[in-house]
Amino acid sequence: MSVLKQLTRTLGGARWLSPLLLLAVLEAGSRTGLIPERTLAAPSKVLATLWTMTVSGELTANLYVSFLRILAGLVIGVTTGVVLALVAGLSRKGEVAVDPLMQIKRTIPTLALTPLFIVWFGIGETPKIALIAFASIFPVYLNLYSGIRGTDLRLLEGARSLGLSRAAQVWHVILPGALPALLVGLRYSLSISVLVLVVAEQINASAGLGYLINNARDFMRTDIILVCLMIYAGLGLAADGLVRLIERRALAWRPEIVTA
Amino acid sequence: MDARLTQFTTVASSPTFAEPAVKLRGFTRSFGENTIISNLDLEIGAGEFVVLLGRSGSGKTTLLRTLAGLDPVDGQDVTVPSSRAVVFQDARLLPWKKVWRNVALGLKGANARDAAQDALQEVGLGHRLEAWPLTLSGGEAQRVALARALVREPGLLLLDEPFAALDALTRLRMHELVLSLWRRHRPAVMMVTHDVDEAIALADRVILLDGGRIVAQERITAARGAERAGIAPPLRQRLLSALGGTVVEERPADIVALHAGHKAGARP
Repeated sequence: MSVLKQLTRTLGGARWLSPLLLLAVLEAGSRTGLIPERTLAAPSKVLATLWTMTVSGELTANLYVSFLRILAGLVIGVTTGVVLALVAGLSRKGEVAVDPLMQIKRTIPTLALTPLFIVWFGIGETPKIALIAFASIFPVYLNLYSGIRGTDLRLLEGARSLGLSRAAQVWHVILPGALPALLVGLRYSLSISVLVLVVAEQINASAGLGYLINNARDFMRTDIILVCLMIYAGLGLAADGLVRLIERRALAWRPEIVTA
Repeated sequence: MDARLTQFTTVASSPTFAEPAVKLRGFTRSFGENTIISNLDLEIGAGEFVVLLGRSGSGKTTLLRTLAGLDPVDGQDVTVPSSRAVVFQDARLLPWKKVWRNVALGLKGANARDAAQDALQEVGLGHRLEAWPLTLSGGEAQRVALARALVREPGLLLLDEPFAALDALTRLRMHELVLSLWRRHRPAVMMVTHDVDEAIALADRVILLDGGRIVAQERITAARGAERAGIAPPLRQRLLSALGGTVVEERPADIVALHAGHKAGARP
């Protein structure tokens, strides 16, 4: 077979090829002046800026601030969602009390609450964390509630027939059975919280990735903006990877549907 | 050594067993307009092996669920031991707990794991302590369910068609297993089944349930095994005709036409 044919065959299945070609085109466009730097920085420039910002510690410091915000918001939001789902899922009275409020909450776009939160909490850290927390409640609530109500009744009966108390039934049967659903809700909450972080950080940012972006915007530094976008994407991927890791450990008992 | 056929709805307590572990008097259960069980009297002695025989819809599962505490009693005269365990037709193991943890479910005390290990060794699964339930075969899962029921030394062991989903060879082995476990632990046993041969092979007493009433009872005093094989055919015939069927031929392997009204020798 000719070299050309062999080459085409190998490259035909290469999924990395088109992204690489795109980057090459952008690079060429920037070098030749077709794409001005104020519009979009060259990929090489972006990588260079990434390097400089990391070395100077600027990126690390601001990333740390953003990370703490998202962590605080998530801890509050996810805990609230879990508690509300337990109350609503495990008792009829709880469902009647909590679920209508959650359905109302769902219809309110979180980001539309930004002005209200600024009025209530000022322009410091609190409104940012509050927005992230508020946004992460519903996915966890909905999925855990659904997981609890979807418990396999036969397993519950089996546990009852052994004389387990109601509390023991919840702990040994209902909650572990609802765990896969909880993890799905957690993944949604994580990805939403990154989105809300981006917007929340536009509120009078004085530190964090949003602050870097705002500054860069004022000076038309598209390379810094692109670096921060990459970091945001990295945050999202890392969060999802964390949940997948938890899934693999906590759900080791599930047989694989798809062979590796 | 004869088995006697008695058409009873009340049961005299068997002289061999001191005091009844289970006692029902005038028990009735209806769901809405349907009366599933009406005015039932039943006694099971401590350590007695009773098999409840009946076709689908006869009320046998309803009765078992009441004895298991899964359905409410509503102030009727029902006496059951406080420690009970059920083995269902499907093993109902918690898939997120390893096999030994399933067996130890609800057990209190520091030596729960050792007790689970002993129970699993009794059923021949001592090498599968750390397995996940979803990796077990049907027979293995049922054996774990048996271990789980017996590890807590129940006063009453309830079996709801436990071997119906297993193949014939595994079923025979399970019969032996249940008998040996019963002889060792001596709970009162009530097993529900629709399989007449299973009932004859295992029971001290066979109770026939039809339309929510006891239509027949047989106490089998012959020892299990070869002795029973001798008295089995006429007993089988009596039970089947009490169930409303007709034995077409007397060989146990033949399929029986269970349509009421067919004459003996007629083909379905």
